[in-house]
Amino acid sequence: MPKISIVAKDGTVFEIHAEPGTSLMENAVRNSVPGIEAECGGACACATCHVYVDEAWQEEVGSPGAIEADMLDFAYDIRPSSRLSCQIKIVDALDGLIVRMPERQS
Amino acid sequence: MRDELIDPHARIVVIGAGQAGFTACAKLRDLGHQGPVTLIGEEAHPPYQRPPLSKGYLLGEITEGRLYFRPLSFYEERSIDLRLSATATAIDRDGKAVALTDGATIAYDRLILTTGARPRTLPTDIGGDLDGVFCVRSLADINAMVERFRLDQRVLIVGGGYIGLEAAAVAAKLGLKVTVIEAAPRILQRVACPETSAYFRHLHGQRGVTLLEGAALEALEGEDGRVRYARLVDGSVIPVDFVIAGVGVIPNVELAEAAGLSIDNGIAVDENCRTSDPHIYAAGDCASFPWSSGRIRLESVGNAIEQAEAVARSLTGMPSRYDAKPWFWSDQYDVKLQIAGLSAGYDNVVTRLGAAGSVSYWYYRGEQLLAVDAMNEPRVYMVAKRLIEAGRSPSAEIVSDPATDLKSLLL
Repeated sequence: MPKISIVAKDGTVFEIHAEPGTSLMENAVRNSVPGIEAECGGACACATCHVYVDEAWQEEVGSPGAIEADMLDFAYDIRPSSRLSCQIKIVDALDGLIVRMPERQS
Repeated sequence: MRDELIDPHARIVVIGAGQAGFTACAKLRDLGHQGPVTLIGEEAHPPYQRPPLSKGYLLGEITEGRLYFRPLSFYEERSIDLRLSATATAIDRDGKAVALTDGATIAYDRLILTTGARPRTLPTDIGGDLDGVFCVRSLADINAMVERFRLDQRVLIVGGGYIGLEAAAVAAKLGLKVTVIEAAPRILQRVACPETSAYFRHLHGQRGVTLLEGAALEALEGEDGRVRYARLVDGSVIPVDFVIAGVGVIPNVELAEAAGLSIDNGIAVDENCRTSDPHIYAAGDCASFPWSSGRIRLESVGNAIEQAEAVARSLTGMPSRYDAKPWFWSDQYDVKLQIAGLSAGYDNVVTRLGAAGSVSYWYYRGEQLLAVDAMNEPRVYMVAKRLIEAGRSPSAEIVSDPATDLKSLLL
């Protein structure tokens, strides 16, 4: 299973073995990574699972879809590397992925 | 009224392991509560998300395990005593204990009721108990009906609310022959404006769903105990292979009522989520709370989470006044509906057209913006939610002008 590192806002690194086919958000939540609220459970309806994708991984992860981009536009402290983690699907090619948590979700 | 501080070692018992019950327990631990926390759930599954049941799960896109909020190990790690397949039968308020069906009693210092709601069923005297009649609330409900979702099966959906329409969308996508009947003059009448009803009527019509409005069910008829026909009040008869009832829910108040707590369209709580017994709180679908000049009860994940978190804050000595910020969503086909606010009491609706068939309807009472239904318009939804929460009401002229930059409304 791909290994993913999620850096919490206090700098703690959560190293997670993520299951292919699930979303990054699901893996973060299951492992109780603080800072992901994901109130809608992954429906791209609430914009509370915002993360920053490490620069080296932005191309592999790809850019947000239309609805996601619109939701993100209103998230807190959006950057070019911003994604909603419920819309990032885990695949083997993401082994080694690093993402960082924003200061807060809204 | 400020809650008295409770002992960090207080015993907290939570009845009902849905979204609100799970959230209350998880938040209590996040906030550092050290005393015993017991979560009592009637179902055998670990606590799980319900919204995908009528969407991705029914469609077969996600597996059961992915619905669980957390793996079972989470409850152990957080010292949350999760009692599954356990039913509370009585609350002894004087003795501060909850009785379970298996004869056990669990003592509490504070009790949280997150008993949720159950689906209204079709009466047995009109065939509601026939084999092949389902409802949409639990994993068991969906697991019981999912094998019927096969090509060309004829499904009748009774009730044109969001649950019924989501089930209709899944069925149509999977190639079933779908009929929806709604007794009211239009679908979504209880919760949405005629414009939103028309939008979804058109959407389902395009996908081949037969939508009958002002069509009341007289009775379901069966053969050998299995449902075969639906007879409507107008005399028409619809042959069916199975039926889904989506006719609303009833809050589970019986336990609270038997214990003598105040009930008012749900377990009545104050602005601090406290029931008429200061040691007992309630949150989620089962709780009615002060709103505007009256009281409301919300059936939504957002409310379940935020109200349960307010209870947990209150029990850990933090300011707990619950300020509801209602929001909802529904997925049907490729349309994402997002709703901000509550439309009840609206007297006019403003239309804002978006790109590529997207649209939003803005509900006003007089000049005051109450709610917005946004169809494939996440930007509109995000702006509207903030405007409503801030009590701001842009004029109809500004909203309906497609040239208005939405973000400028937030300045």
